[in-house]
Amino acid sequence: MKTRLLKLIPWLLLAVFALEIIAILVPKPDKGLRVQDFGRLPVLLNGRVQPLDSVGRNALLQIRGTASVPLEEKKSYEFWKHPKKLKATEWIMEVMMKPDLADTRPIFLIHHPDLLNELDLRGKGKEKSGLFYFTFNELTNCIEKIEKEGQQVMTVDAQVRTAYQKQVAKVHNALGLYRRLKNTLQHETTHDFAKEFDEFKASIPAGVVAAKAREAKKPFDKAAFDRFVGWLGKYDFMARFAYPLLVPPAQPQAGRDQWQNMGQVLFEMGIHSAEAPPAVGWFAQMATAYRHDQPAAFNQALDGYRQWLGTKMGKELNKGRQEFFFNNLQAFLHAMIIYICAFLLAVGAMLTMTLTPNGAEAMRRSSLYLIILAWLVHTGGLIFRMWLERRPPVTNLYSSAIFIGWMAVLLGIILERIYRVGIGAAVASVVGFVTLVIAHNLALGGDTMEMLRAVLDTNFWLATHVVTVTLGYAATFVAGFLGIVYVLVGLFTPLLAMKVGAGGQAGNGDGRRAVPVPANAPDIGQALAKMVYGIVCFATLFSFVGTVLGGIWADQSWGRFWGWDPKENGALIIVLWNAIILHARWGGLVRERGLMNLAIFGNIVTAFSWFGVNMLGIGLHSYGFMDAAFKWLMIFDASQIFLIALGTLPPQYWRSFRVRAGAKLAPAPAS
Amino acid sequence: MNPPYSPPPVRSPGAESRRPERAVPNSEPPPTTSERNPKPHMLDRVIRIFASLKLAVVCLTLAMLLVFIGTIAQVEEGLYNAQNRYFRSVLIYWQPQGADWKVPVFPGGYLIGSVLLLNLITAYSERLKMSRSKTGLFMAHGGLVLLVVGQFASDMLQVESFMRVGENQPKFYSESNMRTELAVTETSNPHHDEVVAIPERFLARREDLQHPQLPFTIRVKTYHQNSRLGERASDDKEPAAATEGVGPRVKFTPVPPAIKMDERNVPAAIVELLTPKGSLGTWVVSLALSHPQDVQVGGKTYTLALRPTRYYKSHSLTLLKFSHDKYRGTDIPKNFSSRVRVQRPDTGEDREVLIYMNNPLRYAGETYYQSGYDERDPRISILQVVRNPSWLTPYLACGLVGLGLCIQFMAHLLDFMRKRKTA
Repeated sequence: MKTRLLKLIPWLLLAVFALEIIAILVPKPDKGLRVQDFGRLPVLLNGRVQPLDSVGRNALLQIRGTASVPLEEKKSYEFWKHPKKLKATEWIMEVMMKPDLADTRPIFLIHHPDLLNELDLRGKGKEKSGLFYFTFNELTNCIEKIEKEGQQVMTVDAQVRTAYQKQVAKVHNALGLYRRLKNTLQHETTHDFAKEFDEFKASIPAGVVAAKAREAKKPFDKAAFDRFVGWLGKYDFMARFAYPLLVPPAQPQAGRDQWQNMGQVLFEMGIHSAEAPPAVGWFAQMATAYRHDQPAAFNQALDGYRQWLGTKMGKELNKGRQEFFFNNLQAFLHAMIIYICAFLLAVGAMLTMTLTPNGAEAMRRSSLYLIILAWLVHTGGLIFRMWLERRPPVTNLYSSAIFIGWMAVLLGIILERIYRVGIGAAVASVVGFVTLVIAHNLALGGDTMEMLRAVLDTNFWLATHVVTVTLGYAATFVAGFLGIVYVLVGLFTPLLAMKVGAGGQAGNGDGRRAVPVPANAPDIGQALAKMVYGIVCFATLFSFVGTVLGGIWADQSWGRFWGWDPKENGALIIVLWNAIILHARWGGLVRERGLMNLAIFGNIVTAFSWFGVNMLGIGLHSYGFMDAAFKWLMIFDASQIFLIALGTLPPQYWRSFRVRAGAKLAPAPAS
Repeated sequence: MNPPYSPPPVRSPGAESRRPERAVPNSEPPPTTSERNPKPHMLDRVIRIFASLKLAVVCLTLAMLLVFIGTIAQVEEGLYNAQNRYFRSVLIYWQPQGADWKVPVFPGGYLIGSVLLLNLITAYSERLKMSRSKTGLFMAHGGLVLLVVGQFASDMLQVESFMRVGENQPKFYSESNMRTELAVTETSNPHHDEVVAIPERFLARREDLQHPQLPFTIRVKTYHQNSRLGERASDDKEPAAATEGVGPRVKFTPVPPAIKMDERNVPAAIVELLTPKGSLGTWVVSLALSHPQDVQVGGKTYTLALRPTRYYKSHSLTLLKFSHDKYRGTDIPKNFSSRVRVQRPDTGEDREVLIYMNNPLRYAGETYYQSGYDERDPRISILQVVRNPSWLTPYLACGLVGLGLCIQFMAHLLDFMRKRKTA
């Protein structure tokens, strides 16, 4: 009875998490204002068609560091509470169409104490976990100061800015972005865009006549002229400030990418007396209806616009819908949460393996099932992203983190299937979790699906060189994390001395378990060494081939196979390090423990190549300087060195080795 | 307890063995004569050391450290300098600031590479015998040798230059973006010019330069690897740098050599032209001066110019159309491409080619890449020109190593799977 229950637990846990995922997939239509449909509307930004939701999400990530704005306070540990929050689309709607309300949302993140003092913001703003968020209204008094200091900081090279200057630059950029968003759909001072648009249209003929007459030095209607010029000034301002290009071309067959921003369209209407593209009218109606809280009118205008898009710009409409779905799926976030749960279960399984073998097995299975579920969600997200971008999996640093995690988890799952002792599961879940956290933080920089510059715009090389080299990174990390498991488990538990049977299950060699494990079977320590060796082989192959393919790509596009560019060198260092591990092992220079320590050092090497070289800020490959990442890289390196130091402790301090030595001395148990 | 034999009385200090002699217990039979030979063939020992896996590990570790140090050093020294100092060198020297002595502190790329090659070759000839199970490893290592040798050949033989192609003007030469030459051109013949080009390194030696085609000796008075050229005010108190040409109107200040990847040195020199009858005066020559300066000697006109080293070809390129698209609403380049006309007078060849990113033109042993365009004049496309006779080696090497490693590791994996099945 008890064992049956234990067997059920993994399936139950899996069902709970799977239901959660299914619940996200079920569409939840809006009641009243059709916010989601608005969020699905396509616009052009960063050279690509994307939904307004993505614009809002990426802007909010850059300004606030989160993808939504919480409206109620909660303590960070109160995870069971789901306070009301503004989603990205809701927020961008407010910013574009009800700016005075948006001005009261606490979104500007300022944490440098000197800047808080300088701007006299102490005691203001909303505090959460030591971070201070301010509304636009709270900042109005210091905008001039920020502007001035920001201009000055912009003249300083990004790499040599102090922490204070970086904070100033960040706030300066956030304010700039916010202002641009406010002037995207209508001028920030407009209250009734539909009415204004009609008045503007009506004023054009008289205005043009007056302007022409004035030009010809003839008498002209001063009132009509002034009004007309007033409009044009406003729209010229919008044309210069608007953020995304909101208005699709009226005649898509003439050029599908000829999008314009609202200001340009209105300004040109005035200057050339051109007819407005249909989108302008719909947007004007939506803005007015939203402002005056008339959901029915808003939905009607939205429907009208969507219908027009459906007939003229069907592809773009679909793209908006698909990316909106992807955004709200948050596949990587959910995978991340499941990975961390699975990691705790895997650790629990390893710690209790000697106490309650059956309970441990239930935990290990639960962990493995959850990892497989999370990996499927991870895979789904990865493939959806590739499909949205029409690209191979890795196009930038963000997607490399997603892909490294994906591959590492897959390797971990395979290892766990071979050796069913929880180690593969622990490594898979922790690497999956950490890489997704890294990806999440990289996404704070803005759009992660940006267009590729000319030289990178080749799916062939992205699919071959980039993927292979990234597989090499993933494999080296898996070997390194197996090394960490070896050191921690070996020092603090007797697990390494446990025997592994042919089916991969662990035992004490005493036949106490359902499937007896023979006494001459290899122990977990030896099994781990085999795993690491195998994975290092795999890493050598992929990192070498990937690096050379990179050289060949460089030969095709820059005219040299190898230029000692930092990114190339980083990849070369990984190849060399893996080669060192293999040769040291073949030459008998290292054995089990030495192999593990070398593999852990591989983590430092790979982290340097993945992130460190970007921080040098030189070379053709560099993606830009990241200073917060630098701190974390140093912390990571230090932790790895600490682990290696632990790994070099003499065997008598290792709990597993004491057990191993004892087992050798003790006579084999009678069968 | 004494060992059964005593060490030979004379030993070369340190070289033989730092370990104490093996103490052989009495119970064992005494070693045979050949084993006892206190001097196993020196050569054998050396070969054993060179063939050892330990040496391989040491070299690989040094190589890794070198690559790491060389990468970090690029921040301070620049890509080009760091490359020469760390990777294209036998030894890396440390020189205190201002000192005129230096000591080698680390092996350079060439040294490590050669020792590794030697290690690999001796290992294969001594220790590793060919067998079917080792085919993969053999292929992988063979590929590595090819790769390293190929890269060494590239280092020695590769010539990089740039060609600025414009519309309606066939271009017969490309220019170096690193090297500079002093060109003395005799322009009296209306059909062709006679050019004597003197590489920059001769200027750097500050010697007197003579050439049978030149009626004067060029005496290099000063030379700066990198400099900035400015205008000299007419009331400047300091004497003019040179007496002739633009000399009296310009002023140049030496600056440290360029570090950043996109900068090049602007060398400058002051030269005095000497004829048997006496000095003709002094001239300032600099890469920053766009126009050659005239020199009149014996009724002939010569021009002096310090210019990027030119590589002349037997064919010409003419730009037909350069396109540069950006993604809508951004500054991100979407593509660059140049449609060019290739003409070769000696064979009468005349055709059009499209060169774009990731799709170079390979022609007459050279490869033409789309590199950029002149920002001041977008009708001029800049192509990178590379002559590298060993460009194919990485392709072959990559295939060999990849295939070799695949075979080797697949064999391991299958073996592992089989063992697990039967266990």
